Parts: sequence; structure tokens; C-alpha cells
Amino acid sequence: MKTFVCIKYVPDTSEAEVKVNAAGDGVDSSRFSFDINDADNYAVEESVLIKEARGGSVTVVSIGPKESEVMIRMALAKGCDDAIRIEDRRIAAHDPLLVAKVLAAAIRGGGEFDLVLTGCMAADDGQMATGVALAEELGVAHAAMVKKVEVLDGKVKAYRELEGGLMEVVEIKLPAVLTIQTGINEPRYAPIRGIREAQKKELRVAGLDDLGVDAGAVDAGASGIVLEKLYIPEVVSKAEVIEGEPEEKAAKLAAILVKGGLV
Amino acid sequence: MDFTLSEAQQLIKQTVREFARKELAPIAAGLDREARFPQEIIEKMARLDLFALPYSEAYGGTGDGCLAYAIAVEEISRACASTGITYAAHCSIGTDPIYLFGTEAQKQRWVVPCARGEILAAFGLTEPEAGSDAGGTRTTAVLEGDRWVINGVKCFITNATRAGVAVITAVTEPGRGTAGISAFIVPTATPGFRVSPPYDKLGLRASDTAEIIMEDVRIPAENILGKPGEGFKQFMRVLDGGRISIGALSLGIAQACLDAALDYARERIQFGRPISKFQAIQFKLADMAMAVELSRLAVYKAAWLKDQGLPFTREASMAKLFASETAVRAALDAVQIFGGYGYMKEYPVERYLRDAKLMVIGEGTSEIQRLVIARELGC
Repeated sequence: MKTFVCIKYVPDTSEAEVKVNAAGDGVDSSRFSFDINDADNYAVEESVLIKEARGGSVTVVSIGPKESEVMIRMALAKGCDDAIRIEDRRIAAHDPLLVAKVLAAAIRGGGEFDLVLTGCMAADDGQMATGVALAEELGVAHAAMVKKVEVLDGKVKAYRELEGGLMEVVEIKLPAVLTIQTGINEPRYAPIRGIREAQKKELRVAGLDDLGVDAGAVDAGASGIVLEKLYIPEVVSKAEVIEGEPEEKAAKLAAILVKGGLV
Repeated sequence: MDFTLSEAQQLIKQTVREFARKELAPIAAGLDREARFPQEIIEKMARLDLFALPYSEAYGGTGDGCLAYAIAVEEISRACASTGITYAAHCSIGTDPIYLFGTEAQKQRWVVPCARGEILAAFGLTEPEAGSDAGGTRTTAVLEGDRWVINGVKCFITNATRAGVAVITAVTEPGRGTAGISAFIVPTATPGFRVSPPYDKLGLRASDTAEIIMEDVRIPAENILGKPGEGFKQFMRVLDGGRISIGALSLGIAQACLDAALDYARERIQFGRPISKFQAIQFKLADMAMAVELSRLAVYKAAWLKDQGLPFTREASMAKLFASETAVRAALDAVQIFGGYGYMKEYPVERYLRDAKLMVIGEGTSEIQRLVIARELGC
């Protein structure tokens, strides 16, 4: 099995308050630490589990700055074999269709492949589109929101998590793209020896030119999306505190519910 | 000057932090309450190669060195100081004497399984009559044929019950004072070697601390570490390294105090505002954050010096003294910020306070650290 796993470097918004940057086109990242997107972490684990069960190799692909190499090394420490980090200021990173084009070029550059795994959603922009768009770019089948994978000969059985706890089981011919849902497995901790070995694994850095991608096809001009503005909505309090004795309160509450057409 | 951790050190920090946060933090209060030694955690730490961090690859280690190890001690202790002391005592005073002074055969026999976490190690120096004054050692070792025969009692020994091997100091040449002390590698399964029931301690309750009692413990002549009479000199060096460990452990506790106090101060509303908006609380938090940061610099620097093969006695002592006193102060302030809740076992800060107090006592009291520093100054 030749697997690619695509991961994204995202800010950890649980650590500090989110603030918009001065230009108004992104978040002020100076206060955050960045790390692997949560769902991608599960995709890494799943790709390593598949390798351990079926043999083969796993290549990490990520678009991100130099600092993201620590995240990539962590994936290598957990058992992935090599990595490509793509860095090019011209990529319109806010547009999942164009991001998918870039990732697809990197994957195709690696020759034949069987599987591409990625998280089903990015914690920062929440588009849930990159993985699916990537399948389209690569011209292969996909399954999204995958909660369980069984690799068979020449195909995979993917268990998809639907609304209301419903599971859908699909059989997909390889090669294929799977977008992985959190909770599919229990991501491992990188053993120290793995961290040692990761230092020796190949981490290639590539720009659009190295990937043979025409910048004009993936830059802001090529995108159908213009990022206009990012802002934090004003918090308005509309709570009404009902005062009085319990019986009065109950009557007032009932009146409000009736008036609002809620009962 | 570059304060950036290497990529490997950053990854180690992240891995240990994640491990401690997910596996250890949720059970730390229960371990303390039940005074339960978390054997399962020790096994998981072994699988992560945490015991291998400080040792070279030739002896089962990963060769990451003292700084990477100090970071691991810090992150483990941030979640559970009891597990921190188990880990620190195993590595820096249990295994290190053999790693530093052992013969090739001794290192292969003992450092390798210790680095793999297959056995735990203990260090038996302190005695009822020999605390800060190790010259008061009463335990004796007498060579009878091809065996050393050891008799004596060691107290406050971390990992005593769990250890597979203990390094024990004993008088081999009575009347020569510290020059008559030697160190021995004692397999704990040797007949005559036994331990007392565990101590009932104020803090670090999930760590294993007991007395070691040796009655005619016979070990092979080759189990002596180095030459007879070198024991005192050896453990002075071992304790230099141990102080980096206790500094790192203290740092972990102090950081945990800051984490808890800051979270609480932001949430706790009094007089219509979070108490973090009041200067009285802000100043406590600011002082705490500053002292934590300075402790980290001191501990990391001492560890870095050790990794460079440079002298580090003074810096290790300063780091231990500063970080341990920071831990106690941070814990007291954290309890104060929590107010009445801080005094309750429902919240973690009272545990931090009980755990922190050992830091200014173990492996050289604060008073002894000041003596060491003064001696290094040439007083």
C-alpha cells in the first residue's frame, strides 16, 4: 500500500482568545501555538495502522511554513516514512479547490498511489472540502467522514458517519481518497526512538515550480473566492430575567412561550 | 546565544506533555488520595522510551541527554509530581551512579535494563544519622573472600520497594570519615535485603518511599562502584545531576500552580468581575509567572551545561534552590488565589502545596544548596 496523508498546520484556539489581525484578513496568530489539525492527527494514525497491517509506505504532504516542520516530524516520528512540505506564497490558501490542486500535484509527483487520507475537516476554516476536491483532482473515488476503514484487496470498505448516528458502509475501488473523522482510532504518542528516527527521514520542501504547477492556476486571481473580511460578531445579550414568586414566574414564562408560538 | 530547543527536544516536550495531560493528569488526584503507585503508567513511560532519554545508545538509551530528560521530568511533574519523583529518582540518582562510575560490564548489566524501564533503580545514601551530613554514614561493607557483606539501614529511599537494583553507600574504612565511604550495586533480590512498610507522607503520596534494611547482604566483590573510598566523591557528582532533576520537578509543580491559579482567577467572579481583574491577584500571578520562567531558564541552563560536558555544580544547585522555593511559593499563592476552595481536596492546588514542600528538602535542603553555592563562590 502506497499511502499519502495530507495534514494541515492550524492554530490552537483553545489556548488564547481569537483576535483578527490588523489587515482584517486573518487571525492574529502571534498569541497562538500551532499544531496538527485534530482530524488530520487521526488520519496520520490510520495511515500508520494501515501500513503496519498491510505493509507499504506513508508519505506526509502539507502546505505550510517552515515552523510546521515540527508537526511534520511528529507524523514521521509516529511511523510515516517521508514528507513533502509545500511552501509558496502565491497559493490562494483560503480556497480549498486550489489547495486540492496543489496537493494533487504533489501526490501525482510521487508516482502511483493506493490511498490518500486526510482529516474530514480543518479546525481553522472548517470548509470540509479539501479532501473531496482532492479526489476530484486526482480523478479517483472518495468517501467522506470515515469512522472505520477495512482494507481489502484492491478496494477498501469505508464506514461513513451520517447524521443521527447512522453508519453507511461503502466499498470503494483503489486508488481512493478518504476523509477521516475524529475518533476513528486512538492516535499514538511518538516514542522517543521514533523521534530520533524521524530526524533521519526525508522531508522535502517544494514550491509550485518544483511541483510543476502553474502559479496562475492556483493563486488569488484563479480563485472564485475573495476573502472580504473576518470579524468577531458583537455579543448582544437578549436574556430576560423573570422575577417574582415561583407561581408568578411560571405564569410569566408560560405567557412568553405561548406568545412566541413555542407551545 | 540561542534559546530555541532543537526539533527533537520540541517533539519530546510535546509528546510528554500530551502523554501527561491525557494519561496522568486525570488520575493524579486519585493516586494521591489512595497513595497508589501507578505501575501501569511506569510501563507506558517505558514503552515511550522515557527512561532511555539521558543515556547513550551504547547502554540502551536514546542519547538525547540531560536537557531533553529535564523537559520530560518537568512535563510529567506538571501532571503528577509523585510520578515525577519516581522517574527522576530512577534516572538521576538510581541509574546515574552506575552510568557515571560503572565498569563496562556493570553498565551493560544494569544501565541497559534501567534505560529500557525493565527495572526501577533506587539510591541508598540517606540514613537515620546521616542526612545532610553524609559523613555520618553507619552502614558498613566488609570484604569477606569474594563477597562484600553489607549491614545497615537507609531511610527515605524513593523506589525502595519497587526497585530491582539499588546503589548503596557504606563505610569500608572506618575512621577515615568521608574518605572511607564506598558505593555498591546491590540487586534488591539479594538475601538479607528488605524494605520497611511505605512511609505515610505529607505529599508525593503516589511515590514509593520506604526504608531499606540490610542484614548480612552478600554481593559479589565486583559490585563495588569504582574504587574503595570513592563513594563520597561519586555521590557528590550524582547529586549535582539529581539537583537538575529536582529543579525540573519543582518547575513542573510551579507551572501547574500557575496554570490552575490563572484559570481559576479568570473564572472566579467576585464584586462583579473575574478576580484576575484585581491587582492584588494580578501581582501574585505576575510574580508566579516570572519565577516560573526564571526557574525554567536556570534548570535548562544547568542541564545544557551538563550536556556540553561543562562544570555545572553551581548552576545545578542554584536551579534547584530557586525552582524549589518557587514551587513552594507558587503553591502557597495558588491556594491563596483559590481561597477556601484552595484548602479543599476537591481542587488540585492543596496537593501541589503538599508535593512542593519535599522539593526544598530532598536531595539537599535549601540550606545545603546555599552552602554548596557559597563553597562554589570560594567562601
